[in-house]
Amino acid sequence: MDPNEHALHNAPFLWRNPEPKASYDAVIVGGGLHGLSTAYYLAKNHGLTNIAVVERGWIGNGNAVRNTTIIRSNYLWDESAAMYEHALQLWEGWGEELDYDILFSQRGVLNLAHNLHDERESIRRVNANRLNGVDAEWLDADAVKEFCPIVDISPEARYPVMGATLQRRGGIARHDAVIFALGRACDALGVDIIQGCEVTDIDVVNGRVTGLQTSRGPIAAGKVGLVAAGRTSLLTAMAGFAVPIQSHPLQALVSEVYEQVLNCVVMSNAVHVYVSQAHKGELVMGAGIDAFNSYAQRGGLHVIEEQMSAGMQLFPQFSRARVLRTWGGIVDVCPDASPIVGLTPVENLYVNCGWGTGGFKATPGSGWVMAHTIATGEPHALNRPFSLERFETGELIDEHGAAAVAH
Amino acid sequence: MFQIRCPYCGPRDEPEFKYGGQAHVAYPADPEQLSDEEWTRFLFVRDNSRGRYAERWNHAAGCRRWFNVIRDNGTHEMVGSYRSGEQPEEAR
Repeated sequence: MDPNEHALHNAPFLWRNPEPKASYDAVIVGGGLHGLSTAYYLAKNHGLTNIAVVERGWIGNGNAVRNTTIIRSNYLWDESAAMYEHALQLWEGWGEELDYDILFSQRGVLNLAHNLHDERESIRRVNANRLNGVDAEWLDADAVKEFCPIVDISPEARYPVMGATLQRRGGIARHDAVIFALGRACDALGVDIIQGCEVTDIDVVNGRVTGLQTSRGPIAAGKVGLVAAGRTSLLTAMAGFAVPIQSHPLQALVSEVYEQVLNCVVMSNAVHVYVSQAHKGELVMGAGIDAFNSYAQRGGLHVIEEQMSAGMQLFPQFSRARVLRTWGGIVDVCPDASPIVGLTPVENLYVNCGWGTGGFKATPGSGWVMAHTIATGEPHALNRPFSLERFETGELIDEHGAAAVAH
Repeated sequence: MFQIRCPYCGPRDEPEFKYGGQAHVAYPADPEQLSDEEWTRFLFVRDNSRGRYAERWNHAAGCRRWFNVIRDNGTHEMVGSYRSGEQPEEAR
């Protein structure tokens, strides 16, 4: 089906479906949540309204609708804590600001510890979070049971629960609603959201970007921001440089709809699953990536099986739940599991990628700093450490294993 | 789930294997002469193109040997596999 037709059927009132103009001050490539968020803040914070978001598919087709909607900011390292906490603070006012019920629910995020090493690392992270102004608590096993009664804390478990960190301000939001809210807000500010518009080449003249070749014709652009997650490498290759990213499938699943039984988000590194229950009642589960590179938006069933077995270890009563649907998206994984947001070797071309398995939570903050970077030509203080150069200088932000979840 | 042809053991299910990333990435011939940029490329940057991709797999729950696979990462078509030391053209 023509993607535009699809969008028209589904969202005729939230945003226009304009023809691309010949030229824009800035074009964002990628109509996912981070791309829309970038366009929103370019218009709102920086007054750029002659701008467009170009999307190869349609709005609400890619990772925007494939994530598990978890929001938290309890990252270990200072740079990440600052970035994600800024995003969380924006989430706290976003529904009101966008005038849309995005069902942001600060129900708390538990990160379980299953062995002595987990416990020490967790307490270290709680202390690091507090020093960075991020709310964090350490709960022993009994307190975990009190906070989330359906978690199995029996000592006979193969990986017994020894305790957990708790970020009370963490939680979930409804990702569809966030898409609708952002699309509508961008459109109202004058942003052209152009769907079914695939970038086929990037025009670079004397080291400076001048426009895009697309499936809907050439578009001249003063500035270009690449916000294309798993397809970033294909775009940067058009502009003549590479990013240290590998594209992998990340799978998730939902159960059939049940009464509310799970009152918070539960994540476990050692058993390796993260679980929450959507407002409507589905249990939502995810875990790690499929190991291989892929652009095919699907992965192996054994990965889903591992997630479910981990889920059942923590919640024995889930053994009788039934899977409704599984799916995969393509995530952009960086060697240090931290994003790249900033300048590129090409003038006026900016990149925002590498959020890997955890981009949803960063949506408002990512757009905020990317918009600043595009509008001013300089990174915002929050994304300065997340530069492409860090792989050359060695100033990595190594969140593999440090960020409260295995990636 | 893939079925992967181990060149030593024959076709087996994917969970028997570990993934090793892009194949044919040679260690720098003269590491001391590398610039920071060249080191960055060797350490962190791997091909992430779409289409036929040469990659390493290890038959971890089998013969434990490394070998190479050509796979289309856009369609998940398994084109063929070949032993370490052989070239992609020898894949079958």
